[in-house]
Amino acid sequence: MYDATLAETVYFRGHDDDVIEGYCARPLDGASRGGVVVIHHLPGYDRETKEFVRRFAVMGFNAVCPNLYTRLAPGASPDDAAALARAQGGVADEQVVGDVAGAMRWLAALSNSNGKVVTIGHCSGGRHSFLASTHLDLAAAIVCYGGLIVGETPPQLPSMVPLVDRSPLVRCPILGLFGNDDQFPTPAQVDELEKTLQSNGKDVEFHRYDGAGHAFFGPDRPAYRVEAALDGWSRIQAFLDRHLAG
Amino acid sequence: MCTYVTETLPVTGSAKGPDGWIRVTDATVYFDHPAHALAEHTLNIDVRRPEAGPAARVAVELTADSARELAHAILRILDDPSVVSLG
Repeated sequence: MYDATLAETVYFRGHDDDVIEGYCARPLDGASRGGVVVIHHLPGYDRETKEFVRRFAVMGFNAVCPNLYTRLAPGASPDDAAALARAQGGVADEQVVGDVAGAMRWLAALSNSNGKVVTIGHCSGGRHSFLASTHLDLAAAIVCYGGLIVGETPPQLPSMVPLVDRSPLVRCPILGLFGNDDQFPTPAQVDELEKTLQSNGKDVEFHRYDGAGHAFFGPDRPAYRVEAALDGWSRIQAFLDRHLAG
Repeated sequence: MCTYVTETLPVTGSAKGPDGWIRVTDATVYFDHPAHALAEHTLNIDVRRPEAGPAARVAVELTADSARELAHAILRILDDPSVVSLG
């Protein structure tokens, strides 16, 4: 079995036709396959997020993560860029959608693309993955403990408006993975999101994990919960196999 | 990530990072997941000089208890009668 993958920094056009940076990983065997846009969390375009990108390539998909802070802090370390982004109130939703759309076009242009793309994000990236599902023609979207889909805009980060009212606009199936000990979002907020999506006739698959809180997928953090993370990865693999087939 | 609880404020002074001293003009204070500290959430402070670029900052990530102790210590010092008269 030929199992080579390529991981590298690439550049493509995002929101407003700006050239932005992205990190991609993809199998090199030439078989037709779908793509995954990985949307990084508020702490930035960091090593952990790039590890997720490479994992998706090993799982059999083309993957790319757009650097949402390209314009703000080109060439800066991820934590410095994230500190600046936070100080400036975050990144506008419209810009995120444009950058994700650019990443989708980049994936679709790959010679082995089957044209299907799923988004995934953790934390604020989970919110952005949900946001993308209301604007873009995705095969599906994955939300890992996305905060502020339900809730109130924090006064210090005006870019983080709640999105649950946009549930009627969701265009694709949604996989949601949440920890029951999380406060951002709380279990009650997860329930509200699930019910709202279901009442709007959306295709929803939510999983909740006892003993897990926020960031349970992060292996380098005290929040890591191995059982939740392993089950979550198996749910992600099955979901991607189903929605990116063909 | 994901409390989003953040305050920003102007500050006057200096901070020392790996490249030496910088005159700082801005601070960001927030409670959220750390980049480095081994805790699920920490009180994070960036003192920054934005005009010198995103890397011109000194960052600390402290557990909630130690951040409170630090804050109390700062206020005790500033409120000491021998210091107030100099302020």
